Amino acid sequence: MIPKLFFGYFSVVMIVLSLLIISRKNPIHSILWMLVMFFHIAGLYLFLNAEFLAAVQLILYAGAILVLFLFVIMMLNLKKEVFAERYAGEWPVAVFIGGTMLVLILLALTSLTQGPLGSFTIGVVQADTHARAIGRALYTQYLLPFEVASLILLVAVVGALVLAKKHLKSYK
Amino acid sequence: MVPLNWYIGLSAIIFTIGVIGFLIRRNIMIMLISVELMLNSVNISLVAFSHYLQDMRGQILVLFIITVAAAEAAIGLAILVSLYRNKAVLHTDEIMEMKG
Repeated sequence: MIPKLFFGYFSVVMIVLSLLIISRKNPIHSILWMLVMFFHIAGLYLFLNAEFLAAVQLILYAGAILVLFLFVIMMLNLKKEVFAERYAGEWPVAVFIGGTMLVLILLALTSLTQGPLGSFTIGVVQADTHARAIGRALYTQYLLPFEVASLILLVAVVGALVLAKKHLKSYK
Repeated sequence: MVPLNWYIGLSAIIFTIGVIGFLIRRNIMIMLISVELMLNSVNISLVAFSHYLQDMRGQILVLFIITVAAAEAAIGLAILVSLYRNKAVLHTDEIMEMKG
């Protein structure tokens, strides 16, 4: 009963928060609601016994990505934004597409059957600690994807520098 | 014990809200935030699958998704900054250089 109550609280708050995020006029308000949303997602991860991911969620998303968004907002002129029209003209079409997608996903969900269970039971993970279990899998079985992820980050660094540079032509 | 279907349903609802937000808003900043919302909803479903199938693969995939989300946010915001510097617009329907 208590887990269901917890889940009910998390789901209601998260749905309300995501509606707030997409509907606020001022982007700063959206981003601050997003911060609350990230805290709730981290709570849901804890609820699912993924404490390392909850920490990564808080450090990386709430600590890095949201601060990046806030920094960029400071460079833009938001005075006009508060008076501008929020929604595009075709919003009924968008809501229809989204609603259809949701109905399709929920219909497909009714025939969900669970696959075979793996070897990482709660007892195994608890004996090994979660961070060590995830790190062992990451550095042995998934080493190549891990290196590819580092390449993606390198591309992001170089791309962001090149795109945001002011006088690119003077270097030619 | 909460059924697995509930988590996937919650993830689907948040994903749909993210899609709708991406499509209806004019502000590019909010569109980027909606993309982050979609990525997070997928992360929730992956962690739920990982917990219920007792497998680590879902959580490792979540780590990679967070990496890609960070890269995507950096590149997207750099594009936004250079767009704002060149055109001083933030709304998608005011950018029509390729319309012909």
